[in-house]
Parts: sequence; C-alpha cells; structure tokens
Amino acid sequence: MNKKGWKEIPKAGIITEAGSAHNYKTGQWRTFKPIRDKDKCTHCLLCWIYCPDSSILVSQGKLVDFDYDHCKGCGICSNVCPRKCIKMVKERP
Amino acid sequence: MSPLSERIVKALTGDEAAAEAMRQINPDVVAAYPITPQTEIVMNYAQFVANGVVDTEMVAVESEHSAMSACVGASAAGARAMTATSANGLALMWEVVYIAASNRLPIVMTVVNRALSAPINIHCDHSDSMGARDSGWIQIYCENVQEVYELLIMAVKIAEHPDILLPVMVCEDGFITSHALEGVKIFRDEEVKNFVGEYKPQFSLLDVEHPVTYGPLDLQDYYFEHKRQQVEAMENAKKVIPRIFIEFEKVFGSKYGFVEGYKIDDAEIAIVALSSTCGTTKVVVDKLREKGKRVGLLKLRFFRPFPKEEIVESLANVKAVAVLDRSESFSTQGGPVFTEVKSALYEVDRRPLITNYIYGLGGRDIDTSQIEKVYDDLGKIVEQNKVETAVNYLGVRE
Repeated sequence: MNKKGWKEIPKAGIITEAGSAHNYKTGQWRTFKPIRDKDKCTHCLLCWIYCPDSSILVSQGKLVDFDYDHCKGCGICSNVCPRKCIKMVKERP
Repeated sequence: MSPLSERIVKALTGDEAAAEAMRQINPDVVAAYPITPQTEIVMNYAQFVANGVVDTEMVAVESEHSAMSACVGASAAGARAMTATSANGLALMWEVVYIAASNRLPIVMTVVNRALSAPINIHCDHSDSMGARDSGWIQIYCENVQEVYELLIMAVKIAEHPDILLPVMVCEDGFITSHALEGVKIFRDEEVKNFVGEYKPQFSLLDVEHPVTYGPLDLQDYYFEHKRQQVEAMENAKKVIPRIFIEFEKVFGSKYGFVEGYKIDDAEIAIVALSSTCGTTKVVVDKLREKGKRVGLLKLRFFRPFPKEEIVESLANVKAVAVLDRSESFSTQGGPVFTEVKSALYEVDRRPLITNYIYGLGGRDIDTSQIEKVYDDLGKIVEQNKVETAVNYLGVRE
C-alpha cells in the first residue's frame, strides 16, 4: 500500500470516516494461519460467534472462507471448533 | 482602542491576575486541582463560577492526571478548556500533557513554577515546566503580574490558531509573582471577548453529523508522520505569533516579542534569563549603566518555540554572555536554557564567550548583589578572553 506523507494526512491521527479499520490490513501481524478441513466442517458457526475480528466469512448460513486480510491468527476458532477441523499452520519460516 | 492611561488598575497577585484573565476569556471548561502556589487561581475561579459571572463548566477533579484528562476530553469535544497547576501537579499529569499536545488540542494552562520534590518544597524554581519542555507545548515565561494577565489572554489566541493548534503553558514564578501584589492594568471585558473570539474547532466529538476518532492506534507506519506535523506546528507558531503580537498591540497597546532586550543593543556583556529574575536584573543593569558599564539583558519570553533567530541577533555583538538557569538538568553540562542558547550560537561566526549560572533552586533568593557579581565575572571573562568555569552555582553554600 502506498502510504501518505505527513502533509497529506489529518493532524494527530484523527480519523474522519467511519469503518476505516477495514482498510488496515492487520492480517500482516499473523504468524499462524487457520486452515479448514472442508469435509469435516458442519457449519455450526461457533468459530463465527467467537472470532474477535469478524474474520470468519459466512454466506447463506455457511462458512465460506477466512478474511486473511484481517485475521491476526489468534487461533480461537481452531480452539472452539467442536469437530477440530481448523488447524493453525505456521505461515512464515 | 483605548489608551493605557484609561485602563482600570487593579491590585492583583499573579494568581489573581490569571483568574481575572480567565474570567474575561470565559472558557467552556475549567478542570483543575489545587496545589500551592497555584491554589488561588482555582479558588478565585471557583468563586467566579459560584457567583455566576462566567458560563464555565468547572470540574473539581480528584487529581491533576484527571484535570488534564478532563481538559483533553473537553477540548476534543470542541470546548475551550483551561487549567492551572504547579510542580508535582504537573508531574502527575505528565502522560496526559503529552497527549494534549499530540492530539493538537489548544488547551491553555497556567504553570505556577515551583520546585519538584524531593525533598518537598513549595517555592519557585523552573524544574517543573523545564521538564515538560519537550512535551510539544508552547511555553511562555512571564516576568511580572501584568505579563501573566496579558500573555494568558494572548495564549488562547495562539493555541487556537488553525496553523498552530498546540496547547500553551503560561508560566509565572511561584510566590515571587503568584503571590506578589502589583497594580495591573485591566482591559475591558468586551475587548478581551472580541480579541479571543469564539473557538471554532475543526473537529468535535460532539458533532454527530461529522463523527471523528481521536487518539487511535498509530504504529510504525504513521506515528512518525504525526510527530513531524507537530514540529511543523511549532515552525508555524514562529511565523504566526508575531502577527498575534501586532494584533494584540493594536487592541491593547502593549508591545510583545519572543524575546525582550533590555539595553542590549550596545551591550558588551549580557545576561540571558527568564521570568521574574529579569526584573531584578534590569535594576542591576540600570545601576551599572550609570557607572558607564555596557551591560544588557536578554529576556526569553518564549522557550517553545525556541526563538533561535532572535537570540542570535540580540547577542551578535556581545562579547560575553551569562545564562541564568532556575533548574538543573543533571547532565553536568549546565541548565536547559544554557545548553539551548549555547547550541543556538554554535553556527555564529563571532559567537560570544558563554557561561552558565544555576540559581534560585527551591526558591533560594536571588538579589541584586548576586546579579552584580555575575556581571563582574563577565567583565573578567572579557578581560581574560576565557571562560574558567562553564557551569557555576549562584547562591549555594560550599
């Protein structure tokens, strides 16, 4: 992402628009990445309930993917999954 | 504009004059906690509030940390917020002092200079505000009660200027100024009201039509840029404040500058000092001038932004300079005023010989004979063309 210089940004880090956290890619902080075994997943959506970062993407009642741009890799989804179908896999060597 | 001769003169202490200026400014919020020797500001202002002569929401907080926090909240909400403190009170509000400046909130605070503990002491030195010199606040040091009154009014205008937006500390010497009665020329309420105008914040937390977030997380990617903006605000302050001086003079008749030279133009030796000691020094300058000695004084009224150009210009033709510091930095290289003045002169081709005197810590008296001794020492320095001791202690027992 091309970052702006000090002359172009609001003073003091003041944020003047709502929902701008979406533009902040916190996924870069991640060390472990959640990987789902699609065959075992029953779409109970406990992971969706527990995810502290709204990073479980759901469509029509079914888990479709993780939002890797924002998932920080905390592993809560993996921990609460009753089928143990989410594995935390180290991303970088 | 009404001439100064038509002004009402009131007998006021420094603290009463600060409260009087605040009454005329009539800020939206005052959040303060009493501490000697600032107490009378809070006490007098609380009376104004109780008597209904101001519209201020006064928050009687439980500590200085809360006082500055309440000012930060109020200012971010779009209010004109003011407070006052001293010494350990300033120390207790420390983290929020930085937050006020970094959030670019134009809070105005009177600092009644008092020595920091320990051992506990309630009398004047500059250790409290000098510790906060790198916090991003504008710092003004007042020589007398009249200056406290006038500069506090001016501080509001400086702080809120859209090209500046920085908080301002207006410092006065504890007891020496804060509790000394002076005849103070008071401006008319309407004049002050018109001069400071209405505070129109660019952003307000209470403006629900244009919601903003103050103080979000700011990491490696943007924090540096926001600090750079703060430096720019200080640079802007150097350009904007002289325009405010002119505006102030037009309305009220008093002439101001970042520094004030006293018989400095043809001086061979000079003292650089802040605050009430400048008054004492002027008496000595007059006395020595009568004896034909070419002595002068450079009073620094602003310490932030640091008036480098004015200092260099004022001291260009002086042979030897003594910088008086009413606080220690414990660097073993002298006090904060000395190190910065010395650094300002580094690039000057014909820089004067320079020496430092630490004095008056914990309210130790400084009298005319001590200042005369400093000028005597400067005379010898010029004769020998050499500074024997860079850092001296004036008035301490060996």
